[in-house]
Amino acid sequence: MPGLTYTAPTSVDAAVKLLAGSSGLAKVLSGGTDLLVQMRSGRMKPELIVDTKKIPGIMDIREENGGLIVGAATPGAVVEANAAMNKAWPGVVEALDLIGSTQVQGRCSLAGNLCNASPAADSVPALYAAAATAVIVGSKGRREIPVEQVPTGPGRTSLAKDEFILEFKFPPRPAHSGDAYLRFIPRTEMDIAVVGCGISVTLDDKGVCTAARCSLGAVAPTVLLVQAMADALVGHTLDDATLAKLDAAAQAACKPINDKRGTIEYRTKVAGVLARRAAKIAFDRASGKTVKAH
Amino acid sequence: MAKSYVSTTINGESAEYLCEPQQTLLDVLRDVVGLTGSKEGCASGDCGACSVLLDGTLVCSCLVLGVEAEGKSILTVEGVAQGDKLHPVQQKFLEHAALQCGFCTPGLIVASKALLDSNPNPTETEIRYWLAGNLCRCTGYDKIVRAVQDAGAVMRGETV
Repeated sequence: MPGLTYTAPTSVDAAVKLLAGSSGLAKVLSGGTDLLVQMRSGRMKPELIVDTKKIPGIMDIREENGGLIVGAATPGAVVEANAAMNKAWPGVVEALDLIGSTQVQGRCSLAGNLCNASPAADSVPALYAAAATAVIVGSKGRREIPVEQVPTGPGRTSLAKDEFILEFKFPPRPAHSGDAYLRFIPRTEMDIAVVGCGISVTLDDKGVCTAARCSLGAVAPTVLLVQAMADALVGHTLDDATLAKLDAAAQAACKPINDKRGTIEYRTKVAGVLARRAAKIAFDRASGKTVKAH
Repeated sequence: MAKSYVSTTINGESAEYLCEPQQTLLDVLRDVVGLTGSKEGCASGDCGACSVLLDGTLVCSCLVLGVEAEGKSILTVEGVAQGDKLHPVQQKFLEHAALQCGFCTPGLIVASKALLDSNPNPTETEIRYWLAGNLCRCTGYDKIVRAVQDAGAVMRGETV
């Protein structure tokens, strides 16, 4: 790849200027666990790499207004070691933890996973369920959008050429809330999701669901936020009838491909099963139980 | 293409090198610095043969750019032993014959040391999950797990 330039700006403004000023393909580098593989294989031939990791705050986690802010390039291992994230968003933490090996965990980031825009990205359904927002910076300033508005198709995002994600905002967590992420793979580790499912709920004192967000991965060109799954939960306890409705809503939302990892029929059925199991874990966590999902 | 000047610390000693922007840290370690302990198995972060510690964090050096090491501290397999004295992980890999062809061994040594430094008494399940990113096509992993368990016992002062 002739003419590649590497830069590591120390401010948002400098990074945006570099991206805006590039005449060819410019790529933002966080952990590099996707980008370096794509460059090595020749699929991606950037002219400019803008390494964002030296921008203040982009590798940190902090609390603000009762919510949590996770810097875009914060490595998975750092998020997993963070007590506040584990307490408020165990589903997000377990989803991020499923990405790759210990070595990959030392580098991989939420922003990279979201912007690589794979429909099978493990942390993304959990981010959707969590109602996280992405703070995006660019030449026109700063904007904040729901995470589900970032990926637009496999490998494609809504970000302009001069934009990148600076941080993710996780909203304050009401009492009796819980989230969970489950994925199915044919082995126990180190594989790509056949189906993934993220669910986040808030319950009232009697265990009735008052708010829910549900998402599915690897069953459509992008991760899906499925309103019909949330509708199946809200107003109900997690009884058999509710689970059956949730299962049906998950299956109805699937538009998967046939490939070596699973057929359309298989993926669709598994989506319903994972939805049931993830909902159970999310409800248990919302009820104060400590549950290990994986 | 202009090369970048990088100032870093490798195995406790300050080091400087020139590298091209697309060169990975693995390429730099092997081809520029001359430390050939770290191996290239897959060059895509799947096999772990290139594992090193970057500021104490276990990473695949094939997934790090050489220029990213500026100002950082790197530990490779060459820095694990103290002079002529093998690290307990190395000693136990030998005693348990936890290797055959040896290609994966540098990465496994670094990854196992990182595990025991952060978790001195891991369960077998923890060991297997931690090392899931280090592929070995010879041993079937069982001897590796035993070696790590035994090395952990030595480091905890329970056996020699």
